Amino acid sequence: MFLGSSLFFWLLAALGAAILPWHMQQDGVTVAGLVALGQEDPEASSALWQAMAFGRFWFWPVVAAIALALPGALPAGSAARRAVFLLWGGGLGLLAIVLQGMAIGVQGWSWPWLAALFGELDDRQFGIGLGGSLAFLGCLVMVTDGLAMRGLFKGDRFVSGAVGLLVASIALFTAWPVLTMLGQMFTPRGDLGIGASLVERVADSKIWGLACVGSNVNCGVFWNTLLLATCTATAATCLGLCFALIVTRTQFPARRAMRLLTVLPIITPPFVIGLGLILIFGRSGVVNQIVAATTGVELGRWIYGFNGVLLAQVFSFTPTAFLVLIGVVEGISPAMEEASQTLRASRMRTFRAVTLPLMVPGLANAWLVVFVESLADFGNPIVLGGSYGVLSTEIFFAVVGAQQDFGRAAVLAGIMLVVGLCAFLLQRAVVGRRSYVSVTGKGDVGLPTPLPPPVRVVAFAVAIPWAILTIVVYTMALAGAFVRVWGRDWTPTLSHFQRAFAIEWAADGRMLFSGGAWHSLFTTIQLAAIAAPITASIGLLAAWVLTRQRFAGRTALEFSLMLTFAVPGTVIGVAYILTYNIPPLEITGTAMILIACFVFRNLPVGVRSGVAAMSQLDKSLDEAAITLRASTFRALRTVVLPLLKPAIVTALVYSFVRAMTTVSAVIFLVSAEYEMATVFIINRVINGDYGLAIAYCAVLIVLMMAAIGLINLAVGSRRLGRRAAPAALPAGGRA
Amino acid sequence: MSAAGVEIERVSFGYGRTRVLEDVSLSIAKGEFFAFLGPSGSGKTTLLRLVAGFGTPDSGRILIGGRDATKQPPWARNVGLVFQSYALWPHMTVAQNVAFGLERRRVGRAERDRRVKAALDLVGLWHLAERRPAQLSGGQQQRVAIARTLAIEPEVLLLDEPLSNLDAGLRAGVRTELVELQRRLGLTTILVTHDQEEANAAADRMAVLNEGRVLQVGAPAELYDRPVDRFVAGFLGTANLIEGVVEQGSFRAGALALPAPDAAPGRATLALRPQALALQRDGGGVPARVVRAEFLGGHVRYTLDLGEGIALTAEEPHLRGLAPIAPGTAIGLSLDAGQASLLRS
Repeated sequence: MFLGSSLFFWLLAALGAAILPWHMQQDGVTVAGLVALGQEDPEASSALWQAMAFGRFWFWPVVAAIALALPGALPAGSAARRAVFLLWGGGLGLLAIVLQGMAIGVQGWSWPWLAALFGELDDRQFGIGLGGSLAFLGCLVMVTDGLAMRGLFKGDRFVSGAVGLLVASIALFTAWPVLTMLGQMFTPRGDLGIGASLVERVADSKIWGLACVGSNVNCGVFWNTLLLATCTATAATCLGLCFALIVTRTQFPARRAMRLLTVLPIITPPFVIGLGLILIFGRSGVVNQIVAATTGVELGRWIYGFNGVLLAQVFSFTPTAFLVLIGVVEGISPAMEEASQTLRASRMRTFRAVTLPLMVPGLANAWLVVFVESLADFGNPIVLGGSYGVLSTEIFFAVVGAQQDFGRAAVLAGIMLVVGLCAFLLQRAVVGRRSYVSVTGKGDVGLPTPLPPPVRVVAFAVAIPWAILTIVVYTMALAGAFVRVWGRDWTPTLSHFQRAFAIEWAADGRMLFSGGAWHSLFTTIQLAAIAAPITASIGLLAAWVLTRQRFAGRTALEFSLMLTFAVPGTVIGVAYILTYNIPPLEITGTAMILIACFVFRNLPVGVRSGVAAMSQLDKSLDEAAITLRASTFRALRTVVLPLLKPAIVTALVYSFVRAMTTVSAVIFLVSAEYEMATVFIINRVINGDYGLAIAYCAVLIVLMMAAIGLINLAVGSRRLGRRAAPAALPAGGRA
Repeated sequence: MSAAGVEIERVSFGYGRTRVLEDVSLSIAKGEFFAFLGPSGSGKTTLLRLVAGFGTPDSGRILIGGRDATKQPPWARNVGLVFQSYALWPHMTVAQNVAFGLERRRVGRAERDRRVKAALDLVGLWHLAERRPAQLSGGQQQRVAIARTLAIEPEVLLLDEPLSNLDAGLRAGVRTELVELQRRLGLTTILVTHDQEEANAAADRMAVLNEGRVLQVGAPAELYDRPVDRFVAGFLGTANLIEGVVEQGSFRAGALALPAPDAAPGRATLALRPQALALQRDGGGVPARVVRAEFLGGHVRYTLDLGEGIALTAEEPHLRGLAPIAPGTAIGLSLDAGQASLLRS
């Protein structure tokens, strides 16, 4: 078959190098512009033509390498001989493409030593475009084909290609930007040398200061962040545990409603909670006004700063901890607890000696998950932080503020990265080694033990008020959209919605979306819709490779993939603008950078749902297809994919929804043309225009609920696991 | 029956509308090895869990050692339950698992250590006391689970499909060990299983359950020889079930006629084990035709057609030189009336 053969990818590379315009075109590519051989403008020409007609000698190695690969691409000759050509040709091609792109930028040579070596270059080049990308892809696949022919990946071209693609995308869209950003730490500042400015940046008292211990000033942002994340994680884990115990271990009638809480963090734009808190506890908030009216005491601005951010984060992340802990509590085999009871341990003792120790790894995991979320959180601190700076907001101000100090942003991001990675490694250690919550697949009868009364009382006493508060905060937040000016003018109004989403009819009968929010809403939906299928396919491909294939370096691939998930969004945002605003990949300000950001930020969703679904499918299913002579690709397409339909839909919708609610990375990447809904909202919040912001949030929440509702309709809620008990009977089982 | 074992009196139980147990009464003597045998969904595990104290019967009583335990929680009953999945706590060592039940009973440290060692010695695993459950094989884990239960010296030992997670090769050996241990300790024991061979080999008596009811109780051989019910006859080995009528003191179905002096007239079902049918190669007895002959090593299984829609399975021990009868051959069949059981309809 020609399509997908080595020759096909060789032709792709050749097409990219010889015919198509190599560089990115300012005004997009026209059909006529596609044939870039013989163009008069060097920037609109193909690599081959640029080398031939305009003396751009640095394209000759690219062309030569692709030519070298041809004997390997032709379906003739021994596999060993073909492999040599493919590996050398493709490998050198990749190297040549990367080197020429890195070496020559918009101002000629990128590095002074090259100028010294070759003399000044009176030429320049812009970012790589269609031709360059195709040539890169072609060369990449030729290399993976060559590797497969050499017998790697059990000689399976498809697996080898998939792994190559994953490695390349991780390298391009995570490793490279992060490394570039870290490199920024070493840029000199003012008249200081490299070393001195680095030392000055790192040893900044604004980061490490401990002045708050003795006096009334703020500590360094590092300590602020650490303190905040620790408090949030501890509080959210305790609350989450109470909720999880109530939902799984009691007959509380509102259990199902409580489970809905877990959906909240997914559909909530990250600053809704902060807005709700301001509307309740802020200076013109409900509580302040009532207190001032009844007692005359001014409560002031206590909500701004540590208190407020902590409160908002606990509200935001308790559902996350709850979700993690439901799985943990449900995962404890009832037999473990029943065994304890038959050995004369009361419920309380069973809970302390068996249930809690079994949950420890799960609790630690939930704690770390929330810790990382708090660390990376941008929305709450920016809305409520006031003068209490944390790493994510400091990075933001270092980039967009008056100082515009990328070096400082890089140092802060580096610190954040290190903390995030430590938490990630710790989490892997905790979950990996001591996971007691494992489904053995062996017959396991029984229903969960009811909670001992004291634990029950505590769980209810903590969880119920919190659940009510959560509802109040959300209600308040949304109510803010329907009054004129919160705290001053309580007249009910729809004017905020009107300002955001007005539709007018133009004179010629066309519909005009004149509301201020339409543009960003359409852009957001459009980009999220483009990113979702990409995220889902890469994620599932990665999941499939990781769960189904055994090859050298699989663990390394898995680890580096997981590692990319540990990079906080703010770090990615900074890294992306630093990396992609100059050639060779000049995509700042385009939709592409936002899409890339969505895809690589949300990949965990795709990978996780894929891994979860695939580990439930027995490997023998696709093995059976392969023994019937289906190729690996066909087995994946005809057997695995249809069985994975629910996972695919879930990955699609969640990546769509998450793309719509993300803010931390995106805030650095938006441009006037491509503005995102969340960024639009946060700008309104910063300007104090709460009404419009809240109205927009309300619309987003409704949109996203509709999306979640759609998945549930499409996939249905599948019940796996234990049998449910009817209300009256807390214990028992069936054989 | 001795009153000091386990008495189950008219117990009914259900989940909401689903009835799981209907009016179950059983009496298990002290020191007896008793089995609940039944297919999945028969309610046997639920019954065992009610004895252990997980759940309260909707009606009826459960007495353990003569005391009413119906309302007692599991930790107040003196029972030991060995779980199908063993339920060893992964965060404790083998010794800690075994010691768990003793810590609660305020036994001194020295006494506790002695009893942990005794319990582990009993199952031959003292040398693994400091291991974690995950480091043991399936058979070893199962023995630890038994040791943990025995360490508290329960009045009743409850075993929930204890052998089902073991390899087929291990099963017979562990079963024998279990029975020997039980005999040595004289412990009242209830075994839940769906495997009739397991129940036959281990139990003194057993109860066959189906759809939440006890169908028959008795010693294994008694149930095999004299099933009272189609289900029991079919569940315990192969049985020919012949529909017919009883009239004038004999059972008739087609050409078959067997004396049944005590049976009430009317429609009836007769159960006959395949080995109770003797093939007469010279053609004496009831005429029949061989439909299929399956050579199974120790014996040959024949499917026979007696006409009028009656098909029977017969088994003949195989000896060297005795050629199987070819399908299509007409033969005679003699029946031993003493081996037949008339079933209740």
